[in-house]
Amino acid sequence: MTNPSLRAEPTRRDFLFIATGAVGAIGVAATMVPLIAQMNPDASTIAAGAPIEVDLTPIAEGQIIKVTWRGKPIFISHRTKQEIEQAQSVKLSALPDPQSDQDRVKAGHDQWLVVIGICTHLGCIPISKSGEYNGWFCPCHGSVYDTSGRIRQGPAPANLPLPPYRFVSDTKIEIG
Amino acid sequence: MSGPSKFVPRHPALKWFEARLPIIGLMYDSFVSYPTPRNLNFLWTFGAILSFLLIIQIVTGVVLVMHYTPNVDLAFNSVEHLMRDVNYGWLLRYLHSNGAAMFFFAVYIHMFRGMYYGSYKEPREVLWIIGVIIYLLMMATGFLGYVLPWGQMSYWAATVITNLFSAIPIFGETIVTWLWGGYSVGNPTLTRFFSLHYLLPFVIVAFVVLHVWALHVVGQNNPAGVEPKSDQDTVPFTPYATLKDLFWFVAFMLIYMWFTFYVPNYLGHADNYIPANPSVTPAHIVPEWYYLPFYAILRAIPDKLMGVIALFASIIVLAFLPWLDTSKVKSGRYRPLFKVFFWIFVADCLLLGWLGAKPAEGGYLIATRILTAWYFLHFIVVLPVIGLMEKPLPLPESITADALAKHGAKKKVIAATVAALAVLVGLSTSTRTAQAAGETPKPPQLTWSFSGPFGTFDRAQLQRGFQVYKEVCAACHGLSLLSFRNLAEPGGPGFTTAQAAAVAAEAKVKDGPNDQGEMFERPGRLADRFPSPYPNAQAAAFAFNGAAPPDLSVIAKARTYERGFPTFVFDIFTQYQEAGVDYITALLTGYEDTPADFKLPDGSNYNKYFPGHAIAMPPPLADGVVTYADGSPQTTAQYAKDVSAFLMWAAEPHLEARKRLGFQVMIFLLVLTGLMYFTYEKVWHDVKHPPEETPGQGTKTTRA
Repeated sequence: MTNPSLRAEPTRRDFLFIATGAVGAIGVAATMVPLIAQMNPDASTIAAGAPIEVDLTPIAEGQIIKVTWRGKPIFISHRTKQEIEQAQSVKLSALPDPQSDQDRVKAGHDQWLVVIGICTHLGCIPISKSGEYNGWFCPCHGSVYDTSGRIRQGPAPANLPLPPYRFVSDTKIEIG
Repeated sequence: MSGPSKFVPRHPALKWFEARLPIIGLMYDSFVSYPTPRNLNFLWTFGAILSFLLIIQIVTGVVLVMHYTPNVDLAFNSVEHLMRDVNYGWLLRYLHSNGAAMFFFAVYIHMFRGMYYGSYKEPREVLWIIGVIIYLLMMATGFLGYVLPWGQMSYWAATVITNLFSAIPIFGETIVTWLWGGYSVGNPTLTRFFSLHYLLPFVIVAFVVLHVWALHVVGQNNPAGVEPKSDQDTVPFTPYATLKDLFWFVAFMLIYMWFTFYVPNYLGHADNYIPANPSVTPAHIVPEWYYLPFYAILRAIPDKLMGVIALFASIIVLAFLPWLDTSKVKSGRYRPLFKVFFWIFVADCLLLGWLGAKPAEGGYLIATRILTAWYFLHFIVVLPVIGLMEKPLPLPESITADALAKHGAKKKVIAATVAALAVLVGLSTSTRTAQAAGETPKPPQLTWSFSGPFGTFDRAQLQRGFQVYKEVCAACHGLSLLSFRNLAEPGGPGFTTAQAAAVAAEAKVKDGPNDQGEMFERPGRLADRFPSPYPNAQAAAFAFNGAAPPDLSVIAKARTYERGFPTFVFDIFTQYQEAGVDYITALLTGYEDTPADFKLPDGSNYNKYFPGHAIAMPPPLADGVVTYADGSPQTTAQYAKDVSAFLMWAAEPHLEARKRLGFQVMIFLLVLTGLMYFTYEKVWHDVKHPPEETPGQGTKTTRA
């Protein structure tokens, strides 16, 4: 800073240095965009994640099937009357993540429960028709879900999430 | 790097850390306080440019690996998947492939600079030899990488280069089998090449560290070739060399980005867009431009073993340069005789490169042999002899005296270098001239809406072209790399998603297995790829007497024609990238009656533009076969043009995005280059124009 030439024209000189540095920094930052964006899902992956249709007719009462949508297991449970009753009779105050069974199924389709079969704790796939509440039991860390896929016991913080889906007809749903 | 560090940490935490690991001090000494000669010209910035390029290659390479599949059945398509589907995938791949070419371009300037200014001489022998090792590693890495896309050129490059080792007596065949991991180039070869292509750049990094280390021990050479004698002969690395390097790097980026965005396939080979086929060798197989001089040397020798020995000797001889050059004077600037022979040698290398792309026959072969002989004579006879007999010009007394002397030599050197670069750029493309000329006429150069820096596709033309493909070509030709969804994507034919879905629904796509374990057919969806008209390549070949109709997905990039000299040089500047579509249009309209003197094989048709003229495909188009809804002329010429445009889009679906981004990048780089230039000039002002004119005093003020 003892350089006399540095003090000669401080403003013009500083402006040039700052401008050059700023433009250079913008260039480096812009270069990061493609490097980061390339790790996002590519166009073919996104296209392959389009909605799927599932025919419900072959699923017997009391049966649970597993379908895959966007690489995730989706449980489709054709619930028995007893299972529906169990799910509806629970007091919301007894639930760690309170949600009524009606909110977890489509109106008029009480027998069909469609949930994403991934434990909300750390992503393992729970075992169907097991655990204390006759719903799902996660073998990894012992989370227990009921017949509505709601968390009842264990470390998982939330109920099994619901995928976006709709009834195309009484016997067919579209997931996605 | 020698002696105690000049770095004095002030902060106690920094002091604590430096006492345990003096890495900041090392960085400071190497890249801040390190003294560099004050008279370095722009040729000395190529070391820094190469370092940046190495980083770019490694970063883009690591990213490409995330999307690449090293398998003979999947490699080609995974590269196309990268080009089509991955976000900015096309950019990252073009940066990597053109980056390799730029790397060699820069390293050749770096090497010739070292040779001209005697940078290999005492005490820089080890520095130079490490450089030769880096160059060898680069050649290996470049070759291994070229194999990975698994196109025709990849496959045959792998075959030819590995076969070099078969020249070794007795063990040759065993070694080649070992290199392949099989009885021919195949999947084991590809996977090991992939592994080594990932490894070698890091070995290069290690050698670059040694190179820089050795450099910082002995100090940089300089255009005067005299060593620094006092403090005023040098300036600190930062800010002086840093800014100079950055300025020239940004300027270099302009060239690099021009190739990447505007002519990305210019330095490559069209044949490499044809998937590898172990049963057909392309008619003209040549290496990438940067290997051409060595390829010429290989072919110059009529004996297999001797040819291979000559090829390797031509590179290894560089390592002995410090002892072959007997002159005590470093810089070629003060060696009148050496100077002449240096430029003769440069010309010799360039001509060898040109000949490497020519067929090895007749006059070309004789010229190649003479130039190969000269290449070796230059090292073994010319350099030792002229060093002894030449009377050098008087050397400047110091670097400062040289830096402040107003001599025109510097300008001349720059002018000569620029001229040499221009020739090198020109040469880089002479691979194209290797295409057979014969008596095949050149396709007429048509006007395309997508040519030039601002080119965009004509949506209506693409839609018409798709109609022609669907109604005519699709009967025999697949479009397997395209998905139905592409039809509705931006930069394409501009169909609506509903229209694209309707096109998809018309197609029958094989899916399965279903719950019963059976394959079934269903209507296509947007995410599906265009189904091939044939279940497999054998079925296609069988249906057409052995001539399987090629898939058309990348055909517009897989076909070209010889541009000739000097047109191919101008093509860099005019951004001519439409050789493929011009050829396809010409081919589709080039059917003629067989001339009386031409013997047409059975089952072939005469086509003016097809190499050899005998084409298996009968004339596919005729006036009126496709009914256009938009009132465009329903002629063969119009159909041909429309379908060619469509195929260009199919081959390069992100062409519009590429040109658009390219323009933004070029504008940005021009602004940055300008700013860097003024910053550089400002910082260097006091060094270049010291307050007191007399050399020997007055530059102290700049040493802030």
